Amino acid sequence: MSEIRNYTLNFGPQHPAAHGVLRLVLEMDGEIIERADPHIGLLHRATEKLAESKHYIQSLPYMDRLDYVSMMCNEHAYVMTIEKMLGLQVPVRAQYIRVMFDEITRVLNHLMWLGAHALDVGAMTVFLYAFREREDLMDCYEAVSGARLHAAYYRPGGVYRDLPAQMPKFKGASKWHDESEIAALNENRQGSLLDFIEDFTNRFPGYIDEYETLLTDNRIWKQRLVNIGIMSPERALQMGLTGPMLRGSGIAWDLRKKQPYAVYDQLDFDIPIGTNGDSYDRYLVRIEELRQSNRLIRQCVDWLRQNPGPVIAADHKVTPPPRTEMKEGMESLIHHFKLASEGFSLPAGEAYAAVEHPKGEFGIYMVSDGANKPYRMKIRAPGFAHLASLNEMVRGHMLADVVAVIGTQDIVFGEIDR
Amino acid sequence: MSDYYQQLADRVQQRFGTQITATHVAFSELTVELPREQLLDVCSALRDEDDFAFEQLIDLCGVDYLEYGNGRWQGARFAVVYHLLSIKHNHRIRLRTFAEEALPVVDSVITLWNSADWYEREAFDLFGIVFDGHPDLRRILTDYGFIGHPFRKDFPLSGNVEMIYDEEQKRVVYRPVTVEPRTLVPRVIRDDHRYQHAAIEGGE
Repeated sequence: MSEIRNYTLNFGPQHPAAHGVLRLVLEMDGEIIERADPHIGLLHRATEKLAESKHYIQSLPYMDRLDYVSMMCNEHAYVMTIEKMLGLQVPVRAQYIRVMFDEITRVLNHLMWLGAHALDVGAMTVFLYAFREREDLMDCYEAVSGARLHAAYYRPGGVYRDLPAQMPKFKGASKWHDESEIAALNENRQGSLLDFIEDFTNRFPGYIDEYETLLTDNRIWKQRLVNIGIMSPERALQMGLTGPMLRGSGIAWDLRKKQPYAVYDQLDFDIPIGTNGDSYDRYLVRIEELRQSNRLIRQCVDWLRQNPGPVIAADHKVTPPPRTEMKEGMESLIHHFKLASEGFSLPAGEAYAAVEHPKGEFGIYMVSDGANKPYRMKIRAPGFAHLASLNEMVRGHMLADVVAVIGTQDIVFGEIDR
Repeated sequence: MSDYYQQLADRVQQRFGTQITATHVAFSELTVELPREQLLDVCSALRDEDDFAFEQLIDLCGVDYLEYGNGRWQGARFAVVYHLLSIKHNHRIRLRTFAEEALPVVDSVITLWNSADWYEREAFDLFGIVFDGHPDLRRILTDYGFIGHPFRKDFPLSGNVEMIYDEEQKRVVYRPVTVEPRTLVPRVIRDDHRYQHAAIEGGE
């Protein structure tokens, strides 16, 4: 009989299924994982330390770069912490805009997760489908903020500006697209941004059905996901899992319902939960979340159509005054100058605010000593706790299942390494 | 909501008495300060007693109070801050315990909440706080072979070393950092009358 040895396998940091820069040291007995030791930090940028040297508004764009597939949700947690400490009232319209974009972001994130997860497990097509829809939503990002990914659209006190009355259109025929093709691309861009989003919400349930046709009853998909990476509810709580990872284990916990922020308490949506806590349940939970997000977006669109109003608080100690006022009023000019040069100060104290991020609970813990910069900012990233549970989830599974578990955890290194 | 946390603060005060040193309620959040000797007792009670039922450790982080309020800080330099969440009662609590500068040691809560594993490694890595009882206290976020604890306030923002490719040795080497530190926006603390009330409420 030949000698049997355990192997140590180095997985990543440059592996297409490692979702970025994950280095996994796997101790294996044959093809069975005995221990997984994730080495993280290869994308560490010390965001929290950088924030300590910048005033509050300057740090906002860093939030986009944390979880770089759900940008506006990160910003939401950050501005909520500041608003909590300042006691700042946010106009209702701004809150609806935030909720609408939070949900658009959730769809963006889940589409990215769905595409990448399916690609990891071997289904190429879903990735292409998912990116088709992401394109439309990134156009919405671009229409409000000018950037397709790193929006920097939320501000303490509201959002940077109101929704555009005109959805940007594709222009100019080229040798790749003639006039009729351009006209077809612009067909649903004739009205405002809200018209475009409404058209999207009409189309999107059909798209989700398409993904489900490809995956939900797919035999290979089920063989790869069912009973893989099971988390019992007790262990899920112990390991600090949140979001779809916790709901997949059957715990109905969603901050949007349980500790409502913005206007979630006025909107109608359901929380899907799983029963077995395996990867397949988490897949089903996230698919249902896509449908619920679509519902939420639709409700916000209807409300936003009927209720014009301000989108940022008028407290010019914190929010910049309108540019027209700045050109005529001395006081507005001073306000702008002070905000741009020194920023505003937060009262001394500490606060923690969390949002239901697409991946779980994303929170910002802010310690202020009364200065115009944070004294200490801690980012509570959901993925950090999720990846910490990887060892437990993959133990006893095969090497190929590690990839499926990384996929089901929805790992993004921007937030884990920070 | 603030009332609820005031009541919770009273309940915590009643239950633990002299085991904790202070409770504050600010911004509808409850903060409990406690000496580190009592940490494990209080934490296990908070987790297991039905009245509190904090099943989840949501976050754990270190704080370095060296430059707090431009030197107004009295007391121990380091703090470890725990954020707990109860799914059952839908409430949160924040615990803070202090550690002295010379050898910051705090008991590990990894046996109570397994999620503390990586959080404690992070606080060790970034602040040099040692967690007694942690089975595998390695660096987590910084580079292999990193020297120092970068989130301490006396660690420069631009770091101490930088990495370059050495033509002669044909490999990547470290050398002292050449970035000049600069401050674009100075840090100022203003006595703003609007915040006086909030500061008193915050108990700072």
